[in-house]
Amino acid sequence: MIPAAWGPETLVPLPVLVPLFAAGLTLALHRYANVQRTISVVALVAATAASVGLVFAADGGPVVVDVGGWAAPVGIALVADRLAALMLTVSGVMLLCVLLYSLGQGVPESEAETVDEARVGGAIPVAIFHPTYLVLAAGVSNAFLTGDLFNLYVGFEILLAASAVLLTLGGTAERVRAGSVYLIVALASSVLFLAAIALIYAATGTINMAQLAVRLPEIDDTVRVALQLLLLLAFGIKAAVFPLSFWLPDSYPTAPAPVTAVFAGLLTKVGVYSILRTQTLIFPDSPVVDQILLVVALATMVIGILGAVAQNDVKRLLSFTLVSHIGFMIFGVALASEAGTAAAIFYVVHHISVQTALFLVVGLVEWRGGSTSLDRLGGLAKLAPLLAVLFFVPALNLAGIPPLSGFLGKVGLLTEGVRDGTPLAWALVIGSVVTSLLTLYAVVKAWNKAFWQTAPAEVPEHAPMPRSMVWPAAALVTFGVSLTVVAGPLYGYADRSAATTMDGYTYIEAVYPGGSDRGTGQSVDVTDAQTDGSDGGDG
Amino acid sequence: MIVLENTPSAVLVLAVGVLCGAGVYLLLERPLTRVLLGFILLSNGVNLMLLVAGGRAGASPIVGNAGDEPMSDPLAQAMTLTAIVITLGLSAFILALAYRSWQLHGHDEVADDVEDRRVARQAALNAPAYEDADAAETGESLDEEAATVHDEVAGDDAGTEAGR
Repeated sequence: MIPAAWGPETLVPLPVLVPLFAAGLTLALHRYANVQRTISVVALVAATAASVGLVFAADGGPVVVDVGGWAAPVGIALVADRLAALMLTVSGVMLLCVLLYSLGQGVPESEAETVDEARVGGAIPVAIFHPTYLVLAAGVSNAFLTGDLFNLYVGFEILLAASAVLLTLGGTAERVRAGSVYLIVALASSVLFLAAIALIYAATGTINMAQLAVRLPEIDDTVRVALQLLLLLAFGIKAAVFPLSFWLPDSYPTAPAPVTAVFAGLLTKVGVYSILRTQTLIFPDSPVVDQILLVVALATMVIGILGAVAQNDVKRLLSFTLVSHIGFMIFGVALASEAGTAAAIFYVVHHISVQTALFLVVGLVEWRGGSTSLDRLGGLAKLAPLLAVLFFVPALNLAGIPPLSGFLGKVGLLTEGVRDGTPLAWALVIGSVVTSLLTLYAVVKAWNKAFWQTAPAEVPEHAPMPRSMVWPAAALVTFGVSLTVVAGPLYGYADRSAATTMDGYTYIEAVYPGGSDRGTGQSVDVTDAQTDGSDGGDG
Repeated sequence: MIVLENTPSAVLVLAVGVLCGAGVYLLLERPLTRVLLGFILLSNGVNLMLLVAGGRAGASPIVGNAGDEPMSDPLAQAMTLTAIVITLGLSAFILALAYRSWQLHGHDEVADDVEDRRVARQAALNAPAYEDADAAETGESLDEEAATVHDEVAGDDAGTEAGR
């Protein structure tokens, strides 16, 4: 249906449609590498611009689009509320930086002289890379925007298929092994998610999130908790929450640097976002599950960081810190208060930028030092002083050194934890502090060994780092630092996002006005003509 | 308002159970082809569950076709169809992975992570030297086992490079 006028609604489908369309185009034009690159960059810039527009539009209230003119609860609704718009924008900026970085790096594997050289450089076969990368972007945007549980599943599958291809690019033995593990675990989680959807549909007769929020409180408590736990299990695997995190440090480090960076920044956050959305919108007031989540968050933090301390490969070390810091976000969600959710949202934004930046810089370290093993690296501070700074800043940010954004996010979480005041919340507060210290220990150890110690072996003479790889990494590091500068407005925005997600009412009214009164499954334009009151969601 | 009979048929529920059980069993195997079979069975089980969730079958859900009879739930069918397509695509990808794995190693078993083994070996070195339970059974300690795996994978890599 053509919108009557161009409004904020026009922007909503763009972050999904533009990358998807561009993906088709780049696939068709795979012979023209330069055209491909231009299309990819333009598409992601456009999608990010649309997301920024949505951030402002959504501040006035959720912007809803009924796809295909079928309104909720029958049709699929795309909902851009503050939280979704914020996530879209941050992920858009990140995807763009990583794409530019990969352009600087992209020597097609066939052109590299030996397999080894290709692997050290982490070079990527460009022809497949661009379409897949754009599909990944579309899948992530779809997951953020959707207001329908089954469409969320579709978004997950889109990004899963794309990520499996990206992870096994080039098909080396190590990547095939890592890809197999990743794919099998991801598939198991998807099947669980689908089973949860089937059961929820059987129990309530709907899969529209807004209508679920209305109907779920009416069903039996036991059934509801079972459904909630099944969904959390599926999302927990995606978000790499302990004890479902074992697959992550195994599979991420083998991929090319830009791919690892995107995965670390985005894929787990999509899982966290889903947990946040379902916990606040569909299953509010679930104290028992919140207790479980608190315990899980504590275990994720502590065990994740202990894993990081044991590693001596930078990429694996960072993968473990990634797992560990997912715990902070779950902590915020599990507190089930407005301030806790706001802190979690702020932390997600901070963590996306920082973790991605770190992985990009490690890609540069690998390029310059020829390895990511801390036993073989050394003396890089003298060889590449800029690189040392680029690693040091996000590393401190990750550990939460003031005044960087990691510190602000952690302060928010700790304040809310102390305010909560239960013994479990106090345990989480202590766990957070210990985890931060251990993070500091792990990343500073990595920095010392890679940059400060004398090189244990001859550092291979590579060409100097291509400037086109350095500046996107530097841009992302700067973006992370600038989060501190805009922390006031950003935290305010996160607060308001949390307020809307927590009250639920705004969201439900926007997607599904009048609750069960309007259930014809047709858009407003259509319902004006005929008002027939059979409930479309009931099978 | 017509209230539909929503109690699922026992045969279908049983079929879902059997498909999911067999699927999970196969999913836990090492070779990728078995994992693939497991994934297909499991997905079919869950798809069937989606259909069951839609309630009893009725007339075809086309307006004007059914008359007064209750119609089947089209939403469940739409979701199942989508899920089937997704399963097909991902199955194709697993097949490709299995084939590539067979090209590289001559089998399609998912190998252990080398780095995991190395960390385990370090931990074994640091641990106090009481008896190694693995060694008692096979005569081979974890260290030796890890070293073998390491050599195997390193050998695989060397093989690929020579192959190119």
